[in-house]
Amino acid sequence: MAFISLRDIEKTYFLGEVDVPVLKGISLDIEKGEYVALMGASGSGKSTLMNILGCLDRQTRGDYFLDGEEVGRLSGDRRALIRNRKIGFVFQSFNLLPRTSALENVIMPLNYTAQNLSNAECRKRGLAALEQVGLADRAGHQPSQLSGGQQQRVAIARALINRPPLIFADEPTGNLDSRTSVEVMEMFSQLNREGITVILVTHSEEIANYAKRSIHISDGRVVSGVYRRAGE
Amino acid sequence: MRTVNTIRTSFKSLLRNPTRTLLTTLGIVIGIAAVITMMEIGNGSKTSIRASIEKMGANSVMVMPGSMQPPGSARAGAGSAVSLVPADADAIGNECPSVGMYSPVVRGSGIQVVFGNVNWEPGNMYGVAPAYLDIRGWKIAEGRRFTDQEVDTNARVCLVGSTIVKEVFGGASPVGSELRVGAVTFEVVGVLQSKGANMMGMDEDDVVLTPWTTLRMRVTGLKTGTATNTSSSVSDNPGERFAVSGVALYPEQDSRTTRDHLFYPRQTQINQIIFAAVSVDKVAQATKEVSALLRERHRLKADQDDDFRVFNASDFMNMLNQTSTLMTNLLMGVALISLVVGGVGIMNIMLVSVTERTREIGLRMALGARSRDILKQFLIESVVLCLAGGVIGILLGHGASLLIEKFARWPIESSPGAVIAAVVVSATVGILFGFYPAWKASRLDPIEALRYE
Repeated sequence: MAFISLRDIEKTYFLGEVDVPVLKGISLDIEKGEYVALMGASGSGKSTLMNILGCLDRQTRGDYFLDGEEVGRLSGDRRALIRNRKIGFVFQSFNLLPRTSALENVIMPLNYTAQNLSNAECRKRGLAALEQVGLADRAGHQPSQLSGGQQQRVAIARALINRPPLIFADEPTGNLDSRTSVEVMEMFSQLNREGITVILVTHSEEIANYAKRSIHISDGRVVSGVYRRAGE
Repeated sequence: MRTVNTIRTSFKSLLRNPTRTLLTTLGIVIGIAAVITMMEIGNGSKTSIRASIEKMGANSVMVMPGSMQPPGSARAGAGSAVSLVPADADAIGNECPSVGMYSPVVRGSGIQVVFGNVNWEPGNMYGVAPAYLDIRGWKIAEGRRFTDQEVDTNARVCLVGSTIVKEVFGGASPVGSELRVGAVTFEVVGVLQSKGANMMGMDEDDVVLTPWTTLRMRVTGLKTGTATNTSSSVSDNPGERFAVSGVALYPEQDSRTTRDHLFYPRQTQINQIIFAAVSVDKVAQATKEVSALLRERHRLKADQDDDFRVFNASDFMNMLNQTSTLMTNLLMGVALISLVVGGVGIMNIMLVSVTERTREIGLRMALGARSRDILKQFLIESVVLCLAGGVIGILLGHGASLLIEKFARWPIESSPGAVIAAVVVSATVGILFGFYPAWKASRLDPIEALRYE
């Protein structure tokens, strides 16, 4: 079975008496080590799909296997653990804690891991992650003292801290200028080369071109990209 | 989530807005400070009461005359009646098995003492028997005590307290000096060891002790009554005393009979009888025996009230303790209300904080925090807030009671129990009032929370 496997995923929001179907039966497979762009206009359901993929939301119907495990029906605590251990999130607006140093931001997810790392161990891993994104010298800086690109790299370091096999990036360059966008996208390509599965959510063709496969969503259905491009 | 980190995080988030944190916790600070001050003052007064009771002699019991109610007029205060005579004291000593030492007490009030050119009105002037010193646990610092024989012979000897030594004798040793008490000259034979203030805050060392016979016979006079019935004089002639008009009940006494059968002034009044029970646990027993004996001696019928009152030290202590406990409890109630108000303030600010940090909560959830981690984080934050308030309150309250001790001269005693109680109470307030906001935070939907602006 593929690393990520969706089978007839449906998501319906129940708003009072009106049912709003957002995802109308999505099936697709993503293998380990892929670099996928999830594309679609706003309102197409791509954010909802991304939330389900990221274990933040549950599907109404269908099965979602992540790493061979049906995660849609797990308890909230188990899903929190999966988010913590298997998934790294990068957000459009960085979502760093204000007035908290870059290093503290990076090691924050370690607070929620089951394994007991010593404080020194945490700092070591945090510094290694910052090193990976080229910001080891900014460990003590607070988000307000960093540029947008640097903030996003701190966020990437935070996503990497638990060495997850899967990274979600939701419009990672939406708040960045084109030059720093390139830097950030290069970083994702680099991570993908190291074997991490990267799923980008974007509406920009330019950004989607960094990915090796594009999945287009429209009106709650996959319109293209269900299958991998030939030759990969 | 590791608790140490959570505590550090909550400190950080509280220090992010120090003014708000301080104002939020003010209710707790005031409540806890009030609790601490109350407890320290309450404990201090209890301890000082106990100490002065022990100083008074724990097994000592006082008998005072009851209140007097002249026909048709209002009842006068305790001790106004004339009901105790020296023979009562002897009877108590001889007939009650639970009574050890005893002494009659005669009070001399408003009497000046004079030495050289110094005039002084002692706070207390008592005529007593030597046993009084043992009952009250009063030691002689210098010189000697007076003897039973000196009591029998109305000897003009006296003992003085350290305040008298300082104020009247200018600090010099008074032993052997002549001290004029009222119109009579006494020889000072000894100095009493200093006792300090009693439980009412009166100086116990401002005292002159003489044999009770001397004070009664030579200084205050043979009082047979009090201010309310000084005019009544009692004849020594039984024929006159029990006269029924026109009928002679007794044979007429000639002058010689009158001279030979001198009537001992039976009505010589004493103000108090003080005695010691043979042991501390016999105090109640002795009190009962003395009451029964005095009722019999005073020929009180079963339906008549006692014409005397018996006080023992522990009754007195209970009375004083009751008053101070009542006050403490009242103020505790006020302090508890302040704590509840403070708790509501905490809840309010925690709700604001949860709303403000919705995005942070969403982020933490997305990165793997379980609901219970979020619950714990906010609970710890409100507990830390309350504990900080508690600690400030403890310091403030202790400071306040130190100031009270310094300026109002109330005895205080720091109480570890109160400190522990304050810490427990403030932590409880934090958990109680922090729970709802924390629960609300833990129920947030991470997707909604992340989108919150």
